[in-house]
Amino acid sequence: MNPNDVFITFPELLVWFPLLSGLIIFFLNKENQVKKLALTSSFITVAIVVASLFFTDKKYFNFNNVSYFWLPSLGSSFALMYDGMGRMLCLLTSLAFPLAFLSSYNKSYTKPNSFYGLMLLMQSGLIGVFCAMDALVFYFFWELALIPAYFLSSRWGGERRIQTTFKFFVYTFVGSLLMLIGIIYVYLHTPDLTFSLHSFTNTRLPVGKEEITFWLFFIAFAIKMPVFPFHTWQPDAYEQATPSVTMILSGVMVKMGVFALIRWLIPVFPYASQIYANFIIILAVIGMVYASCIAWMQDDLKRLVAYSSIAHIGLMCAAVFARDESGMKGVMIQMFNHGINVIGLWIVVDLIERIWGTRKISELGGLANASPVLTIFMVVIALANLALPLTNAFVGEFLMFNGLFSHGIWTTAIALFCIILVAIYTLNMVRRVFYGETKRENVLSLSTIDSNVKTALVIVVLIILVLGVFPKPMFELTQDSVDVFMSKVKGLF
Amino acid sequence: MIAIILSALWGVVMMFSGIFFKRKSTAGIIAVLGIVALIIVSLLEYHSYLYLPLDIKGMLTFSAFSQVFNLVAFTCTLIYFLLNASEFEEVGNDVYEYYALIFFILSGICIVTSFNTLLMLFLGIEIISIPLYILAGSDKRNLKSNEASLKYFLMGSFSTGIMLMGIVFLYGATGTFHIQGMHLGTEKPAPMVAIGLVLLLAAMSFKVSAAPFHFWAPDVYDGSPTIFTSLMATIIKVASFVAFLRLFDTAFGKMHVQWQILAAIIAAATLFIGNITAVFQQSVKRMLSYSSIAQAGFMMLSIFSLNTFAKEGIILYSAAYSLASIGSFAVLVKMKDYSFEGFNGLRKTNPFLALMNTIFLLSLTGIPLSAGFIAKYYMLIGTVKNGHYFWLAIFAVLMAAISAIYYFRLIQAMYFKEGNAEVKPLSTTYKAALLITAGLIIFIGAFPNVLINALYN
Repeated sequence: MNPNDVFITFPELLVWFPLLSGLIIFFLNKENQVKKLALTSSFITVAIVVASLFFTDKKYFNFNNVSYFWLPSLGSSFALMYDGMGRMLCLLTSLAFPLAFLSSYNKSYTKPNSFYGLMLLMQSGLIGVFCAMDALVFYFFWELALIPAYFLSSRWGGERRIQTTFKFFVYTFVGSLLMLIGIIYVYLHTPDLTFSLHSFTNTRLPVGKEEITFWLFFIAFAIKMPVFPFHTWQPDAYEQATPSVTMILSGVMVKMGVFALIRWLIPVFPYASQIYANFIIILAVIGMVYASCIAWMQDDLKRLVAYSSIAHIGLMCAAVFARDESGMKGVMIQMFNHGINVIGLWIVVDLIERIWGTRKISELGGLANASPVLTIFMVVIALANLALPLTNAFVGEFLMFNGLFSHGIWTTAIALFCIILVAIYTLNMVRRVFYGETKRENVLSLSTIDSNVKTALVIVVLIILVLGVFPKPMFELTQDSVDVFMSKVKGLF
Repeated sequence: MIAIILSALWGVVMMFSGIFFKRKSTAGIIAVLGIVALIIVSLLEYHSYLYLPLDIKGMLTFSAFSQVFNLVAFTCTLIYFLLNASEFEEVGNDVYEYYALIFFILSGICIVTSFNTLLMLFLGIEIISIPLYILAGSDKRNLKSNEASLKYFLMGSFSTGIMLMGIVFLYGATGTFHIQGMHLGTEKPAPMVAIGLVLLLAAMSFKVSAAPFHFWAPDVYDGSPTIFTSLMATIIKVASFVAFLRLFDTAFGKMHVQWQILAAIIAAATLFIGNITAVFQQSVKRMLSYSSIAQAGFMMLSIFSLNTFAKEGIILYSAAYSLASIGSFAVLVKMKDYSFEGFNGLRKTNPFLALMNTIFLLSLTGIPLSAGFIAKYYMLIGTVKNGHYFWLAIFAVLMAAISAIYYFRLIQAMYFKEGNAEVKPLSTTYKAALLITAGLIIFIGAFPNVLINALYN
């Protein structure tokens, strides 16, 4: 096959395929059909991503890059690129959706066609964000991923879902509009008046303006990640959304923020990010300690996982701003691992809530007696959450701390302190929920854990263990993005 | 030129057909025929297949800009007629007269988009305003409609007075009515010119309901019959904006730096008042009235920035805003209850209406892939490009974020709240027209180049 003779590229395929299947699902009526099609579509997406992993070589350039004219009068073109980081995040996105679908396969939603259709539209938007090479296209997908998320979590979920989702929406909308102003400002200063990432990174803004524009971008990304003090929407939104949506929000959507730091923020504003790196690392570390302390005090399992997620994302943000090579490698692999682990946690929490009818830690106890299988899964995932060696998160966190250490000792020391806090609240939760005396009888029989959920959990645990022992493929996959990032940063010195 | 004459003539035709045809529904058909004829004629004129050799002494110029805008305005009017045909019959008995007045307004719109002298501007604005005073009060038995009409008339004539005063001052200072012949330079204007400029700025701000000259708007919009509110808040407002832009670009463009701060303040104040007040409204009609003030604030940014982006942007904004607002008002008139609660559960009772309204509201908020986003984008890039007052752009986007609160409140009511929204029966024409409107909004959002390129034919 001639590598230059391409009918359709991987990023295009990954954006259009979920979009089309999502639109088709909107018009289906039978619940069974809808579920089957959604699951099949999400597995096909996984297959596409896996296939694409064999075409990483430079000679397959035309398989992985696409650009065609769109809005020429604005200087924008529909450009997508598929590099290491993009592949890794697309793999995460494509895995997250089948896991979310499998774990809730036996649940029925009102209006299943809207639910699954919106989910697939969101997948298309997320993949678009990870592949966009043009700032305006990036902005488009950034917003297009948000709209289905808004409808999904407002329509299905807990009692206070409408208000909390709206809070989430307004927060992110403010952020993205500020980013739009930033994009416009940079665009007007690009040498060739285009929105492409290449000319964005080659733009030197006037002194003093770079700092302002940096903040316009950073606030958008900080809200999305979320970094302290922009995190207040997150626990509520996660708590109120329906579990499959929460999985996507916390597993994939928050990665948009970290990803955007690496691709759009630091390479475009290297000077400003150097100036504010310390400040932001301190913010992130404060957020870590703060979120860990709150997680410790939580009685609600969902909120505990939500706060624990803030702590993990804070570490990633700090490691990105440390701008060190080993730290960056850690961030890359940790983005993937955190996604998988947090999805695993949500699956177990959802199961507990479904079977025992509550997610209050104080009302649960002794689940290990009732369901040893579930306990094994949960313990493995919980250990991965606190980054025990031989689990996937250890590799990433170790490297991130390594990178952070080269930046500053004190901040690293405080951040390391969080590891202890994470261990405390995670193990505490495991002890109180799974061991001790049985406080509550299950409202649903344990056979509710059908084979679909088991499959999902097995996949999660397998990934945790395999990547914990053999993380090398992940490093190789994302090495080119790390190199590009480091070359941009090193150009400063 | 032919469009001006044709629309005025068709108004007369409409009036006389009221005598010959007794059935109310015929009026809608004749009006649609008239507007289609207008569109065809202006398309032919635009492609210069038609030309009327009439000596107008240079008082009007028909540039691509004004012709494209006229086409946008006619298309929006066509959609407006198709959507509201049955509602016209419910307002009162004089259906033919309502249509006739709207055709006279269209004639005025063509004049204000292509005026070359201040006299023509004055004439055009008056031709638009006087029929509107009547339409605002067309619901004769309704006290609120009477109040709206009187209020609009009093305030409107006051602002017309101010405008005349401004024109007189400018004439005194420059000795000409021709906006191109004034030759006002970049230097600080003479006192007479400055007074004239400020008076014209105030009068035009009044016409486009920009703060602090917006006080008439909420009451008039709320009191008038909803279909005429929809006309006033959309097509007429954007036409006034085009006139505003044309006047200030041609006559005062060179001394832009001198008065820019005034435009910035007006824009910021309009955005602030419109958006903040809209959040607190309980009636959807009143919310849409304030939202139209808020959107006027965004359009004021084009007067502030006055560059290529502003001119291209005002065309896009006109199309995007008019289509979405006409659509949203057309959904509103089909509701039995105008409050937010009245929309509760519309998803169940009429999913089609709910989906269409969602598209209109998303476009008004400025979500990508809708025309509203591209329009707002052009306004913002114009403002940033201008180089001065960077805070204005940031302020504008923060206000746009606030606008999400009230637009999404309606989406929440339709989709997520339980209720039983009552809807009047919908005709097939109505449904088709609504679908076309939504389609156009998405089309312009994805391919704005179609409109932009038309400007440079």
